[in-house]
Amino acid sequence: MSIALTQPTTRRFGLRWLWVTPLVLVAALIAGTAIGETPIPVDTILKVLANQLLGADYSVDRIDEGIIWNYRLSRAVVAACCGTSLALAGVVLQALLRNPLADPYLMGISAGASTGAVAVAVAGLGAGMLSLSLGAFAGALLAFGIVVMLAHAANSGVGGGRGVQAAGAIILAGIAGSQLFNALTAFIITKSASAEQARGIMFWLMGNLSGVRWADATLAVPAALFGLMVCLWHRRSLDAFTFGADSAASMGIAVRPVRGMLIIAMALVTAVMVSIVGAIGFVGLVIPHAMRFIVGSQHTRLVPATALAGAVFLIGSDILSRTLVSGQVLPIGVITSLIGAPAFALILVRGKRH
Amino acid sequence: MQLSAEQLTWAVHGTPLVVDVNLTVEPGQTFGLVGPNGSGKTSLLRLLAGLNKPKTGQVRIDSQPLHALKQRTIAQSIALVEQQADTTDRITVRQVVALGRTPFLSALRAWSVEDDAIVAKALIDVDMAHMADRLWHTLSGGERQRVHIARALAQHPTILLLDEPTNHLDIRHQLSILELVRQLPITVIISLHDLNQAMECDRIGVMDSGRLIDSGPPREVLTASRLQQTFGVHAHVIDDPADGKQFMRFRSAV
Repeated sequence: MSIALTQPTTRRFGLRWLWVTPLVLVAALIAGTAIGETPIPVDTILKVLANQLLGADYSVDRIDEGIIWNYRLSRAVVAACCGTSLALAGVVLQALLRNPLADPYLMGISAGASTGAVAVAVAGLGAGMLSLSLGAFAGALLAFGIVVMLAHAANSGVGGGRGVQAAGAIILAGIAGSQLFNALTAFIITKSASAEQARGIMFWLMGNLSGVRWADATLAVPAALFGLMVCLWHRRSLDAFTFGADSAASMGIAVRPVRGMLIIAMALVTAVMVSIVGAIGFVGLVIPHAMRFIVGSQHTRLVPATALAGAVFLIGSDILSRTLVSGQVLPIGVITSLIGAPAFALILVRGKRH
Repeated sequence: MQLSAEQLTWAVHGTPLVVDVNLTVEPGQTFGLVGPNGSGKTSLLRLLAGLNKPKTGQVRIDSQPLHALKQRTIAQSIALVEQQADTTDRITVRQVVALGRTPFLSALRAWSVEDDAIVAKALIDVDMAHMADRLWHTLSGGERQRVHIARALAQHPTILLLDEPTNHLDIRHQLSILELVRQLPITVIISLHDLNQAMECDRIGVMDSGRLIDSGPPREVLTASRLQQTFGVHAHVIDDPADGKQFMRFRSAV
């Protein structure tokens, strides 16, 4: 018993591993840049980085430098940001809704964001990345609102509606919401887009990093960092929701403002990512679950672990999408779904057993 | 701290759940809340904890109205143990109890050795120290309830609200929890179904249809006629020759 008593509460798994996270991230970014149709040696990459970032003057093939800096590295950076953001959105939604299946993609938030972005792109309301993101944000919030209201109505319909029932209801509501917004997206495209536009949009909708450049990173990096900061700042609030909103309130959390703020922040971050790369599925579901298994469910550790793993996962998926079929680039959403759907099934089955 | 309620009323969808409740609990007292199912005990406790905002009337701690305080400030004085609070997270007993420190921590005020000591003490108080590293989903209902109480104690409340905390416990743990609660030098409001256990409180209040219909020392409140009127049972009160205390024997439903 004395052993049990002297063990500190929150440092059992320690936080010392945190210092490796930037190293792992840098390693993943370099791997994302090195691996591809034409493999590029790591020392060439380091030379290009030195040239671009430190103003060094190593001689590197101009074409290689172009591929590394303008094409692959920018792409890897945006992939990392998307992975981090979507995974963190999953963590927050799962904690606040107390639902292991909550995820921005499954809950229709990504579909809503797609509709918003497409509406802006096709109707030409404003121009540029920022207005696309704003359209996506409006769509994301609208979709989330509809899905939550629907889930709520479904729950009060069957009475009680806690636990597993609520988990099921929100997924059903998410499917309905996703279908509705996908239909709206298709409607907008068919009605207003030219054939050329339509093809581009359809490809983007499946989640696509092709054509991503540094301009996109200037939006993705601040958005991802914002998402990470919000989650870290509120890590104890997220913990307090372990036993539900009432329990969180009795432990001093101002439930409504905190919950509202977190959800709006995550919808915003998801929307920014969707407006850049389209709807990439299952990241927010798979990564938080895997990380809970490894570091536990306390958000002090879960948030940084998820942020890192999400980034690495999406960089890895991007590498796969570029190399799996030679001469072809698959949409990254195809890879994440191929990995994510079985993981979803696993969570569903395991959840039932508990 | 003194906790008081003035003309407290609360309703959901037009159904009144708490009606015109006036109540004062003195510092250090253990106040028992009894009443049939659906009489409004849980609703009243939620109002007292600041989880719901009363339709009319107000709750005060010392002389301050609760609704004027921040949730965090309230949680530094009042802790609540709900009847049902479960989780599917993989979380250890110690981590659950550590949640009780939430109102004292912030993004900038980190966890300290002091917090570790408070958590360890709370675990000892509810006789769960030996299970500190067990996972939540491996615990029995009674063990979970004790962990929730430890979590509330880790909040270092001056007012502790408990909603039927003995519900899932075996008799030994029922008695030990009640004893623990009575010995705490803080104000306790506890809702109970077992009327004999309620006899051990300093004062009790009887709820019926949302109203607090009687309150006072247990012996004066829990009379044979009260048991018949409010609880619908024929009972009589017997003196225990062993220690001179009184207990009730319930003979039949009315």
